[in-house]
Formats: sequence, structure tokens, C-alpha cells
Amino acid sequence: MSGFFKSSIGRKVTMALSAFFLMFFLLQHFAINILSVFSPDTFNEVSHFMGTNPLIQYALQPVLLFGVIYHFVMGFILEFKNRSARVVSYAKNNGGANSTWVSRNMIYSGLFILIFLIIHFMDFWIPEINTKYIVGDMSGLHNGSFRYFHELQEKFVPIWRVALYCLGFVFLALHLLHGFNSAFQSVGANNKYTNGLKGFGKAYAILIPLGFIVIALFHHFNH
Amino acid sequence: MNLTLKIWRQKDANDKGKMVDYKVTDISEHMSFLEMMDVLNEQLVASGDEPVAFDHDCREGICGMCSMYINGEAHGPDRGVTTCQLHMRMFKDGDTITIEPWRAKAFPVIKDLVVDRTSFERIQQAGGYISVNTSGNTQDANAIPISKVAADEAMDAATCIGCGACVASCKNSSAMLFVGAKVSQYALLPQGQVEAVERVQNMVAQMDLEGFGNCTNTGACEVECPKGISLENIARMNREFLRASLKG
Ligand code: HEM
Ligand code: SF4
Ligand code: FES
Repeated sequence: MSGFFKSSIGRKVTMALSAFFLMFFLLQHFAINILSVFSPDTFNEVSHFMGTNPLIQYALQPVLLFGVIYHFVMGFILEFKNRSARVVSYAKNNGGANSTWVSRNMIYSGLFILIFLIIHFMDFWIPEINTKYIVGDMSGLHNGSFRYFHELQEKFVPIWRVALYCLGFVFLALHLLHGFNSAFQSVGANNKYTNGLKGFGKAYAILIPLGFIVIALFHHFNH
Repeated sequence: MNLTLKIWRQKDANDKGKMVDYKVTDISEHMSFLEMMDVLNEQLVASGDEPVAFDHDCREGICGMCSMYINGEAHGPDRGVTTCQLHMRMFKDGDTITIEPWRAKAFPVIKDLVVDRTSFERIQQAGGYISVNTSGNTQDANAIPISKVAADEAMDAATCIGCGACVASCKNSSAMLFVGAKVSQYALLPQGQVEAVERVQNMVAQMDLEGFGNCTNTGACEVECPKGISLENIARMNREFLRASLKG
């Protein structure tokens, strides 16, 4: 099996598996965030559950961290190897004649997502870890009521952050417009369902990032 | 028609090489692209210059030798054709045409537009065959029933002529369409099952060793392939490889 992880196809498959996990996580993340638009109380309760449940904190969270890191590190490794597979580049190359722009620029959309993720981690994840595991306050309370919804609203006051988040999701949409269906092909799933799945993949790639953008804008204009 | 050609000239494998401009006149739109190149070469020979070296053999789209990257696309702007099948009517009078060799680390340039594609042969030698006993008591091929669907798909995969346009077009210089086709033509048939596990593992290992890149599913290969080899073959190879890795 060690040969598998060093082989081109093995790496391609693990790239797709980490991507499947990330796409599933994204859906889950969206489902919770959208609650903040409809019911701040439910959002608070679910956030508290997610933030304090030991299974989620000590089992799923490390898997997520590993998944994200594996995905972009392997993405960079493959990009580097793929570039070195062509020593002299073409004087004239008409990439647009045979492939989509999004499929040729996964590394750039990915790079922007990475920048976004670093900021996103500094905004939400690091303060959470600090409050819960360094300060040691697992109550989830601030002045007697749940702090999550309030913290979320605060973050979306500055327009620069809202703009950056929106841009981040635009790049995520571009990444997924190719990535969603690419991941199925990578694990060898190309069959009679593939055409139908393409439509679903496009819908996912546009609607989920758009949903996140709507949430960010909603909180910017409603606080 | 009159054309300006920008052609990659490189004396030998060690030369640095450069693009050189040429002019050709009175090219008929009925000529094939290679015939246009012949006109240029006659012109060069007449003026005492070195003709442009390019690969060709059958000139009817079956050998896969004619490997030119024309105006940024493998085999030029037409679909489902090799360079020898490309007609000059795809171009207009006064056009400038850029002509380059296949570019890939695993396809080093030998001279001008000629590249070394023996990396494909080594991949084939690693497993692109079935071992049959030809001692005289060979089984009748029809004794093994094969469904029409499987036979057709295997035949489609087997139409790959090993031209390397897939590698040349791929931004990653990946050979997965070629290897996918060569793995598939056996994976679809009962005769291919005996050596299925080693075949895909050995061919993929050789492909990696040769320095081809990794597929990111852009689909450029499928569009540029003169034989319409489908991406389904790459998916099938991935499945075969996964299955083989789990078994062995
Ligand atoms: C952290 C920054 C990220 C970087 C640097 C990055 C980079 C890459 C690269 C280089 C590829 C391979 C290109 C290809 O196969 O076409 C890729 C594929 C993919 N990425 Fe990302 N990515 C990032 C984040 C994400 C996120 C957050 C998601 C989903 C929520 C995602 C989903 C995908 C999918 C679905 C694929 C296709 C997998 C496949 O073809 O098998 N990526 N990514
Ligand atoms: S798959 Fe198509 S493009 Fe690639 S070598 Fe075979 S015939 Fe040529
Ligand atoms: S010369 Fe044989 S395919 Fe073009």
C-alpha cells in the first residue's frame, strides 16, 4: 500500500477523498450558519453543542484539520510535480480551446481559499480555542447569555472583512465548479449518472458559496 | 494562399533551439498540413537550407507519427484529426501559424519537430499485452463469449494510436488518457483478466517513472485526441488501479 500513496493515481484518489470530506464539511457548516439568519437562539444552541461535544472536538475536529492541511499540501506537491513534467513551455498555447478556465487554475483559486482560511481561522477558530482550552471557559456564556451569535454579528461589522469573505467564497465557487465533478472522476466514478451529477455539482458549487455570501451580507446590514 | 510560419528549429537534442519565421506562397486549401510542410521543405532545400524535420508515416491518420502543436493545439484547430488529416482550408490567406513540437519532459525533442516517444513504448512493454500460448493449440477466439457492449468499448479504447496528443495538450503533461485506453482495452475483455492486477500496477508505475504529470481532469486530452478516446477510460484505469492496490 505504500506504493499506492506514492503513485500518481493514489495521490489523485487521496486528493479527491480529502475534497469529498471538505465538501461534506462545507455543507454541514452552511447548515449551521444559515440558522443564524433565521433563529439566533437555535444558532447559539447548535454552536454550543458543536463547540463542546467531545466527539466533535476531539475526533472530528482533528480529522478536519488533517483534511484541510492534507488537501492543500498535496495540492501544492502535485502542482509542482505537474509543472516540472514540462520543462520547455509552448510559445503559443490555446488552453481555452479544450478546457475550462476554472479547471486550469485550481491552484490559484485554491491559493486564495487558503488565504481566506487563514484569516477565517484567526477570526473564529483561534479565539474559540483560546477561550475554551487556554482560558478554560467552556460555558459558552458572556454576561449570562450565549456569546456565539453576538460574536458572529460583531465580526461582520467591518466592511473590509465582509468584502474579503465574499471574495473568498467567489473563489471557492470557482474551485468547486471544476472540483466537485473532478473528484468523482478521480475515484473512478464515471458512469450513466455522471451527466446528471454535473448539473448537481454546478448547483452545489454556486449555491453553497452564494449562501455563505448572503449570510455575511445579512449580518453586515442587520446588527 | 500565402502564409507566415513560425517554426521551432533545434539542431539536435542538446541544442537550445529557437522559433524561426518562414514564408510560403501559393498553398492550396486542398493540401494537407503535411503537404504544406513539404512545400516549405522543398523551398528550403532549393535555397540550400536544412529542411524542417518532422515525423510522419502513413499520412492517413492511423500511425500516430505526425506530432505538431499548431497554433496552440495538438494537431491544430480541427477536431478528431491528426496533422496529416488537417486541411489547409482550416486557415486563411495571410495567417501566421505557430508550429511547435510536443512539449513534455517525457517526450524530449530529437530534432526540430521530432520528439522521442519511446516512453510510451516502455509503458506498453510494462503490461500492455496478454500472454498467450501460441504453441499450436491456440483456443478459437469465438469460444469465449463477449457481450457486444464490452466488445465495442474495448474496440473504442483500442483505437488509440499512441500519438501523444493527450500528453501534449495536457497542462500537466499527463499520459493518463493513453494509459487509460491501453489498460481499458484489456480490462473490458475476459482475456485481460488473468494479468489485470499486475498490468495496471506496472503500467502506472512505468508512467510515473517516465516523468509524466498527474491528471487533474481538465479534459483537454479528450477534446484533442484524434481518435475520440473518452475520459471514461481514465476513470476505468483509476478503478482498476484501486482494485489492484487493495488486492496486492
Ligand atoms: C486550502 C486551500 C486549497 C488549496 C490550495 C486547494 C488546491 C487544490 C488543488 C491544487 C487541487 C487539484 C486540482 C485538480 O485536481 O483539479 C484541488 C482539488 C480539489 N479541491 Fe481544493 N484546494 C483548497 C481548498 C479546497 C476546499 C475548501 C474545498 C472544498 C470545500 C476544495 C475542494 C476541492 C475539490 C472537490 C477538488 C477536486 C478533487 C479531484 O479532482 O479529485 N478545495 N484543490
Ligand atoms: S489517447 Fe488519443 S491523443 Fe492520446 S495517444 Fe491515444 S490516440 Fe493519441
Ligand atoms: S502520418 Fe500517420 S497519423 Fe499522421
